Amino acid sequence: MSILLDADTRLVVQGIGSQGTFHAKRNQAYGTQVVAGTHPKRGGTTWEELGVPVFTTAAEAVAEQGANTSMIMVPAPFAADAILEAADAGIATIVCITEGIPVHDMARVYNTLYPRQADGTFLKEGRPVLVGPNCPGIISPGAANVGIIPGEITSPGNVGLVSRSGTLTYQIMYELAQAGIGISTCVGIGGDPIIGSDFLDIIPRFAADPATEAIVFVGEIGGTEEQRVGRWIADNAADTPVVAYVAGFTAPPGRQMGHAGAIVREGSEGGETAADKKTALEAMGIAVGTNPTETAELMIARLRG
Amino acid sequence: MDLLEHQGKDLFRRYGVPTTPQGKVATAPAEAEAQAAEFGVPVMVKAQVLTGGRGKAGGVRYCADPAAARAAAEAILGLDIKGHVVRQVLVEPASDIAVEYYLSLLHDRVSKGYKVIFSTEGGIEIETVNRETPEKVAKVDLDPTVPLDADRARSILEQGGLAGEDLDGATDLLVKLYAGFVDADATLFEVNPLIRTTDGRVIALDAKVSIDGNALFRHPDIAALDDTDADDGLEARAQEAGLQYVKLDGEVGVIGNGAGLVMATLDVVSQAGGRAANFLDVGGGADADRMAEALSLVLSDPQVRSVLVNIFGGITRGDEVARGVLGALDRLGSVSQRLVVRLDGTNAEEGRAILTEAAHPSVVPAAQMLAAAQQAVELARASTTSGSTS
Repeated sequence: MSILLDADTRLVVQGIGSQGTFHAKRNQAYGTQVVAGTHPKRGGTTWEELGVPVFTTAAEAVAEQGANTSMIMVPAPFAADAILEAADAGIATIVCITEGIPVHDMARVYNTLYPRQADGTFLKEGRPVLVGPNCPGIISPGAANVGIIPGEITSPGNVGLVSRSGTLTYQIMYELAQAGIGISTCVGIGGDPIIGSDFLDIIPRFAADPATEAIVFVGEIGGTEEQRVGRWIADNAADTPVVAYVAGFTAPPGRQMGHAGAIVREGSEGGETAADKKTALEAMGIAVGTNPTETAELMIARLRG
Repeated sequence: MDLLEHQGKDLFRRYGVPTTPQGKVATAPAEAEAQAAEFGVPVMVKAQVLTGGRGKAGGVRYCADPAAARAAAEAILGLDIKGHVVRQVLVEPASDIAVEYYLSLLHDRVSKGYKVIFSTEGGIEIETVNRETPEKVAKVDLDPTVPLDADRARSILEQGGLAGEDLDGATDLLVKLYAGFVDADATLFEVNPLIRTTDGRVIALDAKVSIDGNALFRHPDIAALDDTDADDGLEARAQEAGLQYVKLDGEVGVIGNGAGLVMATLDVVSQAGGRAANFLDVGGGADADRMAEALSLVLSDPQVRSVLVNIFGGITRGDEVARGVLGALDRLGSVSQRLVVRLDGTNAEEGRAILTEAAHPSVVPAAQMLAAAQQAVELARASTTSGSTS
């Protein structure tokens, strides 16, 4: 078992240009059921490289081909509308790979997908799951791979992995694989300021998934989301082995390190550095590695110990 | 993208946000003097740099006459304010301040929308007000799918303690500011201070504006504005090339794909006993051209003694990276620094094969991240000891 993707995943790809085709073909070769592509002008044709029909809209892909998952690869100016189109079509899991989407677009998308409730929280129940944007996607090894994660570096197993960073996650997944440890599902949530699913949208799913016995989460400098994750785990899944890595131990304060939120703000109230997060998480019983290799080793030790 | 004050105010004017009378930009004292004479009234001469604390640093001066404006411009031009050298000043008719408030609109990742902040305590840093008298700061989350109307704007201002004669003007200003914030794809509109003039008008006396770089395709006029500040030259060049680059203090140049992996690479360089010279993320879909640009950028930092290229392939394919590295070396001619190139992931084997076959004297192929970091640190050290790069 796994979360978000499994053998029943039926994927429609929105955005079938060269990048979309390259990765959709890899996803298909991995065993993912790619059932359709969408393109505003090529509806009614066949997506030759994939051997599946092209529709004008995601709704047709749902009606005709039973699509339940979407991968969005359209250019940034059109991505927000593509996400909303997938949601309106009733797609349950929307994975947006596109990077460079304007933050106002994502604010509008998030608040449309997840309406604000009176108590200030967002309505998530019964709503589609959006992962990304600007993320590497999701893989449930052995079942389905949606996005750009290189599937060949991992295998089915019982560790759930969630991270803001794509390549860093591959690194850890790869090192776990070298030790013979596989993955239930790996979710790359992306590093944009507004993302559809944050750590606390994914980790409870892992905690509830019978096939996931341990969790690795990969955070980074900036904000204090990692501490919130730590508290949730301490309160709700204290028996689950959890290991974390926080990238940016050597990042200087006041400098943004690539991702929008990856900055230790000068004059902040504390908790934003990698060292602060490590200390806080360790106090909550979560082991924290200081580099990807050590993080993988900690997980290996927890599973074998 | 951050705008200078005068650019921010021009943007405000476009959306009908009341602000100071139109000023002019001067790059020389005589120019400032002539502009002040043309205005014929007392003026403010204000340093145009992308940083706060201009007032404290002596970068903002009231000038009663043109001679004073000349002297002020002389004093301010060339001033170093927190590492930003002043190259231009704004000369504008002075406004008489009766009361100072604080108002800002910003993007808030925690509340997934916009936030408006208002305080009756203006003219000082809002962080200070927030720390010392949090009850005097109204912070309200706004749903980006619901336009801000006058009733809501007014209630927010009232919540921040605004009452009486300024409510109407401030409400009108906030509604227009909000419309502009959304239309311009801004991530920050900060008005500090928002003032009531002695003749009773509510206006934005200052403008601190940031526009979302991802949305500039919708705003070619803003994208065309000159935002070159006294930035690090390499960082400006990187921005031009669409690369994420941060200059650091060490001697090992770092290139990786994905912000997290680059941060992790900095961490392992440090753990291997070295210091990274920079953060550089070539991003997704990096092809040969991008890699060549990245490499030439890193190598143009004279502090760099060795380079660690750390690529784990997803979108970025290992063969492209390998060709990019070799192509960049060709383009740069003789390079004295050596490159440890660590490839893994999509098409990594093809990439490593290309590197092995080329057998370039500057390239050391590697497979493991920690070992690669150690090699790069050793190469930097050896190069420093032998002095061969100087």
